[in-house]
Amino acid sequence: MIRLTAMFSLLASTAMAGEIWVTNEKDDTISVISTETLEVVRTYETGERPRGILFNSDYSRVYICASDSNAVQVMDPNSGEILHELPSGDDPEQFVLHPDDRHLYIANEDDAITTVVDVETRKVVAQIDVGVEPEGMAVSPDGKIAITTSETTNMAHWIDTETQELFANTLVDSRPRHAEFIKDGAEMWVSSEIGGTLTVFDTATQTEKAKMSFEVQGVHPDRVQPVGFEFTAGDTHAFVALGPSNHVAVVNAETYEVEDYILVGRRVWHMDFNEDRSMLFTTNGVSGDVTVIDVEKREAIKSIKVGRFPWGAAFRPTGS
Amino acid sequence: MTAYLTSMRAIVLREALRFIHQRERFIAALVRPLVWLLVFAAGFRAALGLSIIPPYQTYITYETYIVPGLCGMILLFNGMQSSLSLVYDREMGSMKLLLTSPLPRGWLLFCKLLGSTAISILQVYAFLAIAAVFDIRMPAWGYVTALPALLVAGLMLGALGLLLSSFIKQLENFAGVMNFVIFPMFFLSSALYPLWKMAESSELLHDICAVNPFTHAVELIRFALYAELNPSALGWTLLAAAIFAAAALIGYDPARTRIGRRG
Repeated sequence: MIRLTAMFSLLASTAMAGEIWVTNEKDDTISVISTETLEVVRTYETGERPRGILFNSDYSRVYICASDSNAVQVMDPNSGEILHELPSGDDPEQFVLHPDDRHLYIANEDDAITTVVDVETRKVVAQIDVGVEPEGMAVSPDGKIAITTSETTNMAHWIDTETQELFANTLVDSRPRHAEFIKDGAEMWVSSEIGGTLTVFDTATQTEKAKMSFEVQGVHPDRVQPVGFEFTAGDTHAFVALGPSNHVAVVNAETYEVEDYILVGRRVWHMDFNEDRSMLFTTNGVSGDVTVIDVEKREAIKSIKVGRFPWGAAFRPTGS
Repeated sequence: MTAYLTSMRAIVLREALRFIHQRERFIAALVRPLVWLLVFAAGFRAALGLSIIPPYQTYITYETYIVPGLCGMILLFNGMQSSLSLVYDREMGSMKLLLTSPLPRGWLLFCKLLGSTAISILQVYAFLAIAAVFDIRMPAWGYVTALPALLVAGLMLGALGLLLSSFIKQLENFAGVMNFVIFPMFFLSSALYPLWKMAESSELLHDICAVNPFTHAVELIRFALYAELNPSALGWTLLAAAIFAAAALIGYDPARTRIGRRG
């Protein structure tokens, strides 16, 4: 079939160059997607069951939660070579890098602990007891607070990063999956997969400020399961992955209202934006692809085949 | 040359006038696909999305899938409707008047075909505009690139109507066209379901759908609506148009014409 227009290349040419790195849970690989061509340009082998993925601040290192290898792997993103592994504790699933670029906060799902690792000395700095099946991890922009959400205890655990101790625990709806700080750390958002909600906390008081639920037309409410979410430039809107409902919701971060739903691939899980946040890339586990969303138009423009069960996504500018 | 253009202008204008005077026909032609789009497709909405097949780049709802098929439906019904009007013209005697013109019969029939196709295309765009109001939109360029595809598909289906009209003696026989041409052509095509879906239930059905010229017309429109060319669909549609037009010319040949006998 012959394409008559270069719609996608035109669209991409207006966006900045970069790559989206996607972990494929079942293939033990990472697929690298060019944000210009919207195609997979490279594939790298990883440890077993890669899930969480993030880059350090200068994009010279990529950290990968190799859950079944019980390790956080450190890769050189330019060569794809695994440089070394960090002592992560058992079954690392999600993690977050402290703004100091040195301390990695890792949720150890099987051990009900959060492990803090110094990425330079490669040593465990602290292990903090949290609720059962910790998963979502976030750290405030000033680096003073870290959050762990525990899937079975249904709580957000607030960690003082100076003392590495819990200073608050707040109840959230069933199976909290993901957490993010926004508005310079003034608000902390948590998604609850089974509860089907997104809860907003006031960071200063750790009290609930707002709660959103979702309703996708024609989809049974049990299938509407919020998991990963990311914010547009200026934290004005959140894009929320709704799991097996195969939709991403667009939430107004000022009014806390759901404004739109966008059809994507099957069991949408996590996501990341390109550099100027004009495009969003969602990982769709069951269909094994990544859907690209035009953020301004709120339209899915393309789905790109990656490996089996894509899970996490992280952006890196090219040439770094 | 002027005579050719004058005749074309006159025939196309007559088609347009007839269409303008039959507003119910316009509304009926729009209501049919809209009922399919807004009622039938709603029942099969596929909120969880249909698998990706070319030309689609991502997951789509059933409403989005069915739109090119419904454009084809408008062209198909209009093609048949124009064959109905030809039978009417013959019964009323205006056909005889037309065909006694000194210009080649093929040219006159082509003008007739062009006129009815132009009217059909107008209806397709009206349908696409209403679909857009209901948030079922194609890429902006697709509305432009669909035009030649609609013209080719419209001419092919119009030629089929022309061919049928050369064999239908009376208006009453038109019901047979509905049952034996329109419905099988529409349902045994990719208008309502993707061909891979047909193959899941029956290979035979899939093969019948694959040789149905209407399937190729729909796929030609589907790709064109996404600013893409489907060369095999174009080839098959052009071939079918040529065969139908040639057969229609034979059907209207004065040497064997039934018109002659009736007149």
